[in-house]
Amino acid sequence: MLSQFYINAVYVIAAVLFILGLKLLSKPKTARTGNLLSALGMLVAVVVTLLSREILDWTTIIVCLAIGSVIGVLASRLVALTAMPQMVAVFNGLGGGASMLVAWVALFGNTDRFVAIAVSLSVVIGGITFAGSGIAWGKLSAVLASKPLLFLGQRFINAALFAALIVCTVLFVLEPAPTSNYLFAIIGIALMLGILTVLPIGGADMPVVISLLNSYSGLAACAAGLAINNVILIVSGALVGAAGIILTNIMCKAMNRSLANVLFSGFGAQKSAAKVEGKANPITPEDAYLILEAANSVTFVPGYGMAVAQAQHVVHELGTLLETRGTDVTYAIHPVAGRMPGHMNVLLAEANVSYDQLLEMDDINPKMNTIDVAVVIGANDVVNPAAREDETSPIYGMPIINVDSAKTVFVLKRSLASGFSGVDNSLFFNSNTRMLFGDAKQSISALISEFKD
Amino acid sequence: MEIVFLALILVLAIFLGFELISKVPATLHTPLMSGANAISGITLVGALLAAGSSSVTHELATWLGAGAVVFATVNVVGGYLVTDRMLGLFKQRSKPTEKDG
Repeated sequence: MLSQFYINAVYVIAAVLFILGLKLLSKPKTARTGNLLSALGMLVAVVVTLLSREILDWTTIIVCLAIGSVIGVLASRLVALTAMPQMVAVFNGLGGGASMLVAWVALFGNTDRFVAIAVSLSVVIGGITFAGSGIAWGKLSAVLASKPLLFLGQRFINAALFAALIVCTVLFVLEPAPTSNYLFAIIGIALMLGILTVLPIGGADMPVVISLLNSYSGLAACAAGLAINNVILIVSGALVGAAGIILTNIMCKAMNRSLANVLFSGFGAQKSAAKVEGKANPITPEDAYLILEAANSVTFVPGYGMAVAQAQHVVHELGTLLETRGTDVTYAIHPVAGRMPGHMNVLLAEANVSYDQLLEMDDINPKMNTIDVAVVIGANDVVNPAAREDETSPIYGMPIINVDSAKTVFVLKRSLASGFSGVDNSLFFNSNTRMLFGDAKQSISALISEFKD
Repeated sequence: MEIVFLALILVLAIFLGFELISKVPATLHTPLMSGANAISGITLVGALLAAGSSSVTHELATWLGAGAVVFATVNVVGGYLVTDRMLGLFKQRSKPTEKDG
């Protein structure tokens, strides 16, 4: 059995492994090693905890570890990559829920004022993460409607809940007890706040929500660490919390909106009044083939529609066909395309697209006027020129991929309907835009068969 | 003193987190997020102490601790495996003109 000194020394090693792991995760070549190092850190921390003399009840521990491991292995192996956003949401929620419970149990051993404050923090953040991730899972897996759900007096209810939360927390901290009614009230309010704050957020804003919940799950672990006076929880939780906030900030910047605007505005619930009139130019796969065949450079611009149509494999097949003919092929990816940060990158990686062909918005935009054909697949708001030109547009100021400066733009779309933001897209009516109507996967497949004939 | 020490660790870890993440390319945002999420499963350490600790004898506490262990284990095991699965997909062609697949 180990003394506290050795346990803490091993926790330091685990923390170093987490830090190295995160550092290596930031480069494609070393990312996998980084993840392994981080997993090793986790293993070391868990093993040393099990060896500490504090553990008495082994049966419960082993049964629970086994149940959790089986679920974790099955989920990570069986879930399709297209379901990754909701999967990440579930893992976030479970982490937050676990931290909430850990903090709660801490009260059974220690009811200091400081512990009570840390427990309150952990329960509130963990509860919001747990319930909010549940709603995010529902929206992402289409169990719930993905459009923003707004109801009368929502802000008033949220404000009232928040006020009640503060009152209950103060009363709880004044007289902390593990079965205090105020603690139960805090838990209940935190869960309700989690539900009510994610419900009004629409599908296209999910990248922000997912990365914010990711940050919360870290902060909840950190607060639980303060409650049980455990350094490894504090360090790791803070690392994840900070990482999540950075990512959230990147997502918000990519939409030119503040976090408050994303969380509270119910963006996309109202249709914009500004209409764009014009005549779109439809094109057949045969004619599109002729243009593509003559092109020297083609860039694909995927959006959530590519994920829905499961078109990533045919997109790569078309890209490869073009490359064998000497065409320069790239993929231009907007930071908030899809439903989580980096969503399109994962799908294209699954389809075997090399990651050095995946270009970020700031890399492709300066070169866009040299691109012969830009193929927009299931993306809409992130290529809408109104973000650049129309000051009255709700999406004005959002950085977009400037496909309209390419020589020709193909837009693969079912109809001329507006995107998530409800803003009409003038791109569809540009003289250099050709609309390839229909299901994205079928349209691309039609193009591929043209190439093969 | 104890609280000051914990606060110092907290602040340093937050700054370190900011530094580590600010340079990650967009391509890796999803694996980074799920990898970071797996790290937040460190709460498993707390859950193990909560579920099996000798200082906790209340029955409710044991149940809460057991629930925490299950939740956190799913988070840790699932999080690391799925991150590894995704990272395994990211490939770079050895030569720019070579056809992959």
